[in-house]
Amino acid sequence: MTVKKLLFVMSASVLLAACSRTETEAPPQLAQEETDSIGEIIVSERDGSRIISLAADEKFVENLQTALITADEGDTIIMPEGLFNLTDGLSLDVDGVKLLGSGEGRTVLSFKGQEGSGEGLLVTSDNVVLGDFTMQDTAGDGIKSKGADRITYRDLTIEWTGGPLSTNGAYGVYPVESTDVLIEYVTVKGASDAGIYVGQSSNIIVRNSLVEYNVAGIEIENSIGADVFGNTARHNTGGILVFDLPDLPQIGGHSTRVFRNIIDQNNTDNFAPPGNIVGSVPSGSGVMVLANENVHVFENSFSDNRTANILLVAYQDPFADERYNPLPRNVVIRDNDYSGGGDDPQSVLADLATPLGGRLPEIVWDGVQGWGDTVAQEVNLVIAEPEEIGFVSLGLGSYPLDPAAISPSTTRPQATPVKEPGPILIAHDVKP
Amino acid sequence: MAWLTDLPWQVSALGLVCLLGLGACAGPAQGAKPDLSVILADAPAPMLADYGLFTDIAATKPAARVRAYDLINPLFSDHASKKRLVFVPEGVRAQYSQTGVLSLPVGSVLVKSFEYAETGRIETRLLIHKSAGWVGYPYVWNEDHTEARYAPIGAKRDIEITTPAGQALAFQYAVPNQNQCKTCHQSGNAITPIGPKARNLGSDQIAAWTEAGLLSGAPEAFAQIPSIAAGQASLDARARAYLDINCAHCHKSDGAASNSGLWLGWDEDELVKLGIGKHPTAAGRGAGQLNRIIAPGAPDRSILSFRMASAEAGVAMPELGRRLIDENGVTLINQWISQLPND
Repeated sequence: MTVKKLLFVMSASVLLAACSRTETEAPPQLAQEETDSIGEIIVSERDGSRIISLAADEKFVENLQTALITADEGDTIIMPEGLFNLTDGLSLDVDGVKLLGSGEGRTVLSFKGQEGSGEGLLVTSDNVVLGDFTMQDTAGDGIKSKGADRITYRDLTIEWTGGPLSTNGAYGVYPVESTDVLIEYVTVKGASDAGIYVGQSSNIIVRNSLVEYNVAGIEIENSIGADVFGNTARHNTGGILVFDLPDLPQIGGHSTRVFRNIIDQNNTDNFAPPGNIVGSVPSGSGVMVLANENVHVFENSFSDNRTANILLVAYQDPFADERYNPLPRNVVIRDNDYSGGGDDPQSVLADLATPLGGRLPEIVWDGVQGWGDTVAQEVNLVIAEPEEIGFVSLGLGSYPLDPAAISPSTTRPQATPVKEPGPILIAHDVKP
Repeated sequence: MAWLTDLPWQVSALGLVCLLGLGACAGPAQGAKPDLSVILADAPAPMLADYGLFTDIAATKPAARVRAYDLINPLFSDHASKKRLVFVPEGVRAQYSQTGVLSLPVGSVLVKSFEYAETGRIETRLLIHKSAGWVGYPYVWNEDHTEARYAPIGAKRDIEITTPAGQALAFQYAVPNQNQCKTCHQSGNAITPIGPKARNLGSDQIAAWTEAGLLSGAPEAFAQIPSIAAGQASLDARARAYLDINCAHCHKSDGAASNSGLWLGWDEDELVKLGIGKHPTAAGRGAGQLNRIIAPGAPDRSILSFRMASAEAGVAMPELGRRLIDENGVTLINQWISQLPND
């Protein structure tokens, strides 16, 4: 018998047991649908798991964090409608908990006055479901889940209400070091790094979500096996990024499919705090693949991304990580719709586009095939689009750059077919 | 009680039961000794006194087999004075380890109380080795210092102190919540103690623990970590010792910051993992417009320095357990970075 189990139940015998220091009594059984309350918390039980409903009163914030700490596996915690101000981050470390609001825009957790913690909510347990609430203006990241397998983010809004500012938190939704990550019907606005960021994880679905006015809309980084589809990425600096970076515990990201997304007008000036890798993403990038492998970009709708609709680039900085390959390779681009874009390249690509008449075609490859002392590598880029879809290799050759050796070309590279990974399947992906 | 946030509802409920006169919740009896049935119970006791770790109400007199200890280098905790105790049950002993934390047997308790001269005792944290592993419980003292209650969500207290450097400061002291205990004490999915490593206790205390029957397996001599405060060790050794005790509990391969790839433990010898020349990963504005964790020779271009010198949520490191800036620590680390060779 645990005290925390008992705390939700107001009966004399139970409370006596709580203080008796004996462990001999069987846990009390709540009758189905029986409801008890302590103060502003209603606890009911259904199908063997508890539903803890919090009230919209002055005790809400502490009751919420208390419920998150003292929850039992399988509990559902329900937050009421209301605007609640929090000054410290929340955290959840109990497996199988559902944390549900009463709807996006109805349950609003505002962190405008946050004084502590690096994120609004930190989840470190498995099988967690987060849904139906809005989180605003966290000092750091919005929701971070670390080592949290089989997590679901569903029907959430994470936003910074002052618009795109470098002082906004880095990531809206931030699962890392996790397996089986499901993100759907999530809206993120204003993240100073990536709205939806999945890092060092495996087996990932990001779908049917809206990301806007972030630096990166969606970023899959150092991850293995991701399906990113049905999303709208608009008015970010870059729409959807698939990256791999050195010097992290998990490197060698591969096998991501980016398909049937709307990637529109990602022309917001880059407002990332300098120093972060996304600070190098040119404003106006639709999809950007950096140093990743086996990436398939298909059946998306691109429109009016001013630098280029698709960018395939190498990692530029020197690195010492011997595990790392800085080139994009085995990338397939096929069957996308394109409208406009490439008409006003930004940052470093503005200069590189000058010899091309100041414009870039739909698909741009930096043409890097080597780094340091390595010999040129076969990157195998499959550009399977109709001939009228423009392609350019900027012909940068290798890093560090030798300006004299730069030789742009519009000839599509020779390539061999790349087998597309099968759909990502996640066992807990069932309709609510 | 005015300075506490209101107590969480379930603790209040238990307190009510105590008021009803149920004997099990009474304070410590004279000559009390640690109560293993409470220590090993599934749930935290409502009051610190219930564990029998002290023989007096104010928890200043340890019970039998509860022993005071100190660390060569403590974590910076907003200038709070920390009083540490260890309890090892009768009949069992901790096992020596040179590299890691001493292996304390089931039933052991680490007790750490935080106080200032201006405030008296504010909180007492327990780390208890239960049968299923370690757990951490925060207890918060009342204003009269007559009782400390279990406070799973921690507490906030507005206090004014004078720092050791003579500076008057008013700030909000934060007692961490129970999950935050785990964030710092995480090792994989488990919780572990941080401080009581042989190298951070030193040979005198290790010998005394052995003598007192708390510890076995310790050699007569072993390598200690150099004292940061004493200032006799090399700059490199003191800086690495500082990073070890202040950062490496999260910044290690199985810690809360494992995903950063920035590992700051005493034994780390890969320069990039130590942050030298390393790019930030997920720092956001915590990067402070800088692009190296440590830029050798240039503390003003090093993210490590920038985050240590900040007290702002979302920027400040460590993220938990401090609201103030450890000025001495910043100075030490800046000196260290200044003399690192820039190859």
